[in-house]
Amino acid sequence: MRLISEGSFSRIGAWFDRRLQLAAPIREASEHRVPRSTASWWYVFGSAALIVFCLQLVTGILLALTYVPSAGEAWSSLQALNHEISLGWFIRALHGWGSNFMVAIVLIHMMQVFLFGAYKFPRELTWIIGVFLLLMTLGMAFSGQVLRFDQDAYWGLGIGASIASRVPFAGPAIVKLMLGGPIIAGATLSRFFALHVFVIPGMLIGFVGLHVLMVFKLGINEWPMPGRIVKRATYLNEYHELTKKDGAPFVPYAIWKDMFFAAFILLAVAACAVWFGPFGPTGKPDPTIIQTVPKPDYFFLWLYALLSLLPPSLETPALLIGPVLVILGLLLLPFLSGEGEKSWKRRPIAVLTVLLLAITLGTFTHLAEYTPWSPQMNAWSAAPMPARFLRGTTALERQGALVFQSKQCRNCHSLADSGGQRGPALDSVAVRLTQDQLIRQVIQGGGNMPAYGKNLSPAEATALVAFLETLHPAGQAPARDAARDFALRQ
Amino acid sequence: MMPNETTLSRRGLFMKLGILFNGLVAAVLAVPIGRFLLSSITRGRANGFLSWVPLGNVNQFPEGETRLATFRNPLVMPTDGKTVDTACWVRRIAGDQFQVFAVNCAHLGCPVRWFPQSGLFLCPCHGGAYYRDGSRASGPPERGLFEYPYKVENGLITIQAGEMPTPGANAALMRKGQRCA
Repeated sequence: MRLISEGSFSRIGAWFDRRLQLAAPIREASEHRVPRSTASWWYVFGSAALIVFCLQLVTGILLALTYVPSAGEAWSSLQALNHEISLGWFIRALHGWGSNFMVAIVLIHMMQVFLFGAYKFPRELTWIIGVFLLLMTLGMAFSGQVLRFDQDAYWGLGIGASIASRVPFAGPAIVKLMLGGPIIAGATLSRFFALHVFVIPGMLIGFVGLHVLMVFKLGINEWPMPGRIVKRATYLNEYHELTKKDGAPFVPYAIWKDMFFAAFILLAVAACAVWFGPFGPTGKPDPTIIQTVPKPDYFFLWLYALLSLLPPSLETPALLIGPVLVILGLLLLPFLSGEGEKSWKRRPIAVLTVLLLAITLGTFTHLAEYTPWSPQMNAWSAAPMPARFLRGTTALERQGALVFQSKQCRNCHSLADSGGQRGPALDSVAVRLTQDQLIRQVIQGGGNMPAYGKNLSPAEATALVAFLETLHPAGQAPARDAARDFALRQ
Repeated sequence: MMPNETTLSRRGLFMKLGILFNGLVAAVLAVPIGRFLLSSITRGRANGFLSWVPLGNVNQFPEGETRLATFRNPLVMPTDGKTVDTACWVRRIAGDQFQVFAVNCAHLGCPVRWFPQSGLFLCPCHGGAYYRDGSRASGPPERGLFEYPYKVENGLITIQAGEMPTPGANAALMRKGQRCA
């Protein structure tokens, strides 16, 4: 045991370091002084994003041992991972949940950096590289969803192509470049594989390296104090003074919180992977199977909702100009407010912006989860007509209830809270519309409703309107056209 | 002798020549690399992706009804799997009079479904709706369904297909058509 003493360890270490010469820079990086205030649980999200990125690299390589990037075989190779290869499902689940966590952590990290004013002088470039890292993370999320080559991936590509095609003049060329041909096929999957596995990860590794290097070179942002104003002329000296007066070495003073949180996040990813399992694949990517409801993964659900709620005329400009403005705004932010107050306590607009964005994205995501704008394709045949709507009705009105179901009105209009939500609920429609207005709405459509004039015989239309006229609360009379009553009495 | 700013040393010249040489090689290599990367666009311009593909006998499609038909994309690569099989909606109005619609919604390309009971095509993604003749009924689409050109010969219906219809691409086609006329 004496042979391998501490002395021989340090001799081996010295042999390597004479050749690598890495010990000094590593010691410098770990011992560099950080403001004591930054050893906070608020400062752990950057390192958590890094650790999840490492998890994605490892699990991604493991998946590549089995995955076949061919449109004909990708889906079956995922099935093999899920069901045939030992723990293949777990590696898939880790990678899938890792991607969800990564997007979430990167967004939280960005929000924290914004609220703590960390993007201000001299850390402008760190922020700008961070914006590119966010875009690459989203690029990885989308391309990863494509590699899970199932129905959602196939039709998701179609949605991407439809958006790209709207670019003026270059649209069709961009679509062919994106798909690798005129349709979504083998070439499409191959190029998204190259993007997801080589191009974007390569750039991510380089940019993450620069991002972390700059955090070490420029020092971590100090805890913002209200009234402590950033000025280009004085900031560097002030920061230096702060780390001297009230600083501590990064290792171990601050890093232990990063390590605890990183381990906690990895554990959370693993727990989700075990509990919820891998994502899909859903149905086979066979374009002749059209009984499908394509939906994006959760980080793009807000966009899915937005695309449904924008007025048609605004959609193309919003799709093409919106992202450019958002990215430009993010890139210009450190130049527009590179100095001044850092504390969120004195930046009400910054706080409100974050709140507004979070609430907007959250609301859209929630809406997209139950898609109130899509007709319920099977409500007409599946949702029963509640008995109370039929009690005491005439034969004609019952005939109308039948027309209501068989002509699929129920797919868009609910009765007693069952049915589609595309159009208004009709439980008390007779209070809102007179007989004439009902006839006009059914025959001519309008608002967001198709016209049914060509698809209803006069007898069917009469029966349907007779039924609709019974839809009013017990104590409330249906709407009546007073002038018509008067004319009929004359 | 002190080198001054106007004279160029021998080594300085070689370095500049070296940069020039590498630049030239890079430019020469950029041509095939660029052409390879853009081949999915240029190939379409040279030969076109479209050709006539059969959908089947006209008798498969009863008059006054709309049925789903499938065809194989004219351009097939070995790794394409099932993705080259495409669906379309065939509406036989009467006799040899047809309308053949792409399944792709004119909004964002999701597959629309035909509901004969209400005479509507409905899209599952954002609720776009179209009448039986493909014209827009309601929802986010800005236009009606995409139609394939068709012809009926010897009782066989064929359509001109090969490219996924997208809102922008079809708008570009329409612009070209207008210029010709």
